[in-house]
Amino acid sequence: MKLPLAIFALLALVPILSALGVPLGGFVPLLLGRVMIFAIAAMSLDLILGIGGLASFGHAAPLAIGAYAVAILDAANIHDAVIVVPVAMAAAGFFATATGAVALRTRGVNFIMITLAFAQMIYFAAASLADYGGDDGYTLYSRTTVLGAKLLDGKAFYPTVLVVLFLVWLKLRIIAASRFGRTLSAIRQNRPRAQALGFNAFAVELAAMAIASALCALAGVLLANEAEFVSPAFASWARSGDLMVMVILGGVGSLHGAILGAFAVVMAEEALGRLTQHWPLLFGPSLVLAVLFLRRGIAGIGGRRD
Amino acid sequence: MTLLAVQLLNGFQLGMLLFLVAAGLTLVFGVMNFVNLAHGVQYMLGAYLGVTCASLAGGFWLGLLLAAMAAGAFGLALEWLIFRHLYARSDLDQVLATFGIIVTLNEAVRLLWGSAPLELPMPDLLSGSFMLMDGLRYPVYRIAITAVGLLVGLALAFLVNRTRAGMLIRAGASNPDMVNALGVDIRRLFRLVFGIGAMLAGFAGVLAAPLVSVEPGMGENVLILAFVVIVIGGIGSIRGAFIAAILVGLVDTVGRTMITDLSHAVLSGQAASRLGPALASMLIYLVMAAVLAWRPAGLFPART
Repeated sequence: MKLPLAIFALLALVPILSALGVPLGGFVPLLLGRVMIFAIAAMSLDLILGIGGLASFGHAAPLAIGAYAVAILDAANIHDAVIVVPVAMAAAGFFATATGAVALRTRGVNFIMITLAFAQMIYFAAASLADYGGDDGYTLYSRTTVLGAKLLDGKAFYPTVLVVLFLVWLKLRIIAASRFGRTLSAIRQNRPRAQALGFNAFAVELAAMAIASALCALAGVLLANEAEFVSPAFASWARSGDLMVMVILGGVGSLHGAILGAFAVVMAEEALGRLTQHWPLLFGPSLVLAVLFLRRGIAGIGGRRD
Repeated sequence: MTLLAVQLLNGFQLGMLLFLVAAGLTLVFGVMNFVNLAHGVQYMLGAYLGVTCASLAGGFWLGLLLAAMAAGAFGLALEWLIFRHLYARSDLDQVLATFGIIVTLNEAVRLLWGSAPLELPMPDLLSGSFMLMDGLRYPVYRIAITAVGLLVGLALAFLVNRTRAGMLIRAGASNPDMVNALGVDIRRLFRLVFGIGAMLAGFAGVLAAPLVSVEPGMGENVLILAFVVIVIGGIGSIRGAFIAAILVGLVDTVGRTMITDLSHAVLSGQAASRLGPALASMLIYLVMAAVLAWRPAGLFPART
């Protein structure tokens, strides 16, 4: 419990420090805001990937669905989270239920590939939305409000995202510790045995996919607001890959590891990107080295080997 | 009608190119149970090396030979350096590490050759076109690719079905531990398969180079299509990869025009011109989802 709370405490320090007048510049909150948004998406992926053992290579799809819900409602002049958030989450949950019903028929690598295929469909569907910018994307007229309050704007953005991140983390921890979460974990560990005990593995996994997808849509809503822009690239396969990298790098199944993974990836992009425009030449090899030598992810550093 | 004929030929040609990439991928996948996302990088490297070798060696043919061999050698080097340490690891670790290799090599290519797209001129011998029907000419080069793909397919079928090495590959695909226990050096078999796969992907890259623009990231589009192919065909099966490659090639090219026409027939002009391209791009994924919903292990799985 110590490490996750330390992470949240550090994240909470940023608005406190800037309120006290410490000059952090606009850059640090901006960057950490991004980290937290991706952390929400990566954590939701960790529910199915880490706890459920379902390696989805298409988790950018619910992210994009959430973002496009913001854009489409924005075009209809609806800006309040009371409507935007339920619509985004319901759409992503529905998408996961429909595609999951097909994808869950497959195992292993085929599952990885079929989830990638469904995400590609969302990518092309988004690119065909001519009313919402098509390939070029859509610039929002205004940010989402929460009951009329501008909680996703300016200085309020960072604390709001932090609260959402904390609530999602709490929710996922509760799910993981619940009967449902432990059943999901049991199915990952030994599917035939779980089924022999009378659990409906398919239904449990499908429900987990729907929950993960709906929570990821939340990150999509935040991401659209952060960028004030939405484009098909939100659903690109590289984005799905990034989310997977965050989860695996952070430490599969640990939930808070996803925050560290998101931090590592966003920082690698931004910090190495400032150092040299050829930052992938440093980022790529460090991924390979992390896989070869950091077997339990960043969250596992210093922990005991099991 | 003539349009359909051209689309069919283009579809076959795309299918053959995909087959060249997918053949290595499906064997590596099937025999070693190794998820190699970096396979598309071999295709890209093939194209780039083809451009460089052709200009250095002063000709397409020598360039083709050198580039395919260099791509194969590079694949073997990667296998020795990194991949062999990953065989015993989970799918996820393999995905992550090979994703890292894609990121690295795309950037390395950008550094070495620049981001601007390069071109590889067609060889003079094949740059002509011939009369397909009245008033319709078809480039010889595309026919040549189709023919080469068929030849490679036949050669691979012979290798896998009729030779001792092929027997071991098939045995390795269905039960690697047993093959190892029977005294076959499975690591050496892996290297052989990996080298062939890497070389074929590089070869496909050189062949495709005159038709597409050679640029960083060109490997990923092909990689995703190749994965669709091997998942539809059934992992580890050359026959499955061959049939699925043709299916995907045809669906992607013929389907593209037919869907656009069809949507124009059913819907009004504006809605059709919006919906058509989206549906066309999604078509192969729809086919894949349908096949997997019907047969979760693909059409011809090597492992039953």
